[in-house]
Amino acid sequence: MKTELVVLAALMGLATYPWRAVPLLAPGVDRLPRPVLGYLRLVGPAVLMALAAVSVTVTIDGDRQTSLHVGIEWLAVGACATVVAARRNLLIGLVVAAGLVAAARAWGIVPLP
Amino acid sequence: MSEGSTDLRAARRRLVIDGLGIVASSSGFGLVYGLAARSAGFSPIEASAMSLLVFAGAAQFAAVGYVLGGFSWLGVVILTAFINARHFLYAAALAPYLGRTPRPVRAVMAHVLTDEAFALSISHFRRIGRADLPGYWWAALGTTFVPWNVATVVGVVVGGSIPDPTRFGLDVIFPAAMGGLAVGLMTGRREVVAALVGSILAVAVSLAWDPAAGILAGGLLGPLAGLAMPGPRESR
Repeated sequence: MKTELVVLAALMGLATYPWRAVPLLAPGVDRLPRPVLGYLRLVGPAVLMALAAVSVTVTIDGDRQTSLHVGIEWLAVGACATVVAARRNLLIGLVVAAGLVAAARAWGIVPLP
Repeated sequence: MSEGSTDLRAARRRLVIDGLGIVASSSGFGLVYGLAARSAGFSPIEASAMSLLVFAGAAQFAAVGYVLGGFSWLGVVILTAFINARHFLYAAALAPYLGRTPRPVRAVMAHVLTDEAFALSISHFRRIGRADLPGYWWAALGTTFVPWNVATVVGVVVGGSIPDPTRFGLDVIFPAAMGGLAVGLMTGRREVVAALVGSILAVAVSLAWDPAAGILAGGLLGPLAGLAMPGPRESR
């Protein structure tokens, strides 16, 4: 069984780990100034919503060219967000979102991606 | 940081339930990754090494394409660093909660910090107002690391008999979970503005340049827009 890509995996891991580790291991993270804490408090909603928005609105082709995508996925994410806002229950929101998309695809309303 | 006061057991119960959808998503796309890696000529050991050592779905899928396309290893490693740069923001946002956690434990926590682990654990920490290591391990290992790695092995070994997860709408679980958890973090005007500006910027930069840069731009600049809003006086 070939194993040469294990070395590539290790190099990719080495390229990823500092992003994840440096802020966690830096000294003094528990004594950050108040404005920095205020900023970091807002990183969560900003980056998570950015991830959600990019995931459902931007498609990438094989050459990493991007294009705008408008589809049922927008509605599904909106439905999940509404359920979470109303019921504070992510699991129900995810079931609603996945069910909506699966039903639309099963009935041919939208094509499979 | 201490803004929540929810009962720990209730918060953990909620965290476990919130994570169940992520388990389904991680398992489904771990299978697809294993299958894609097999199709690209990865051996089971190589595909598993990617999932164990890199443990970052977007970068792993991209790597399959790069290897198939004959990219140089240096190019693959540089692109991996670029795609995964957003993890810096996750670690920075979690860091203030983990100041009292022993450094070796933080070093291990860092390796399993993903989009999903961040989303679930930052919501949990804010709910209870402090760090909770068992909660973090559930978010990072229970919902993502273990299902992703097991599914990778199954995908690369079993191969083509796997049903397409998009038929079941599993592809929408990741963005829906990120959006839903973001909504859960919106406790004031500043959070709402940070999320809206962050998402608009992210899409604009993604379309103009690259999604990895877009997510980073949204995550970096959205909070600045939020801070520019007049907020309530901090009570802490």
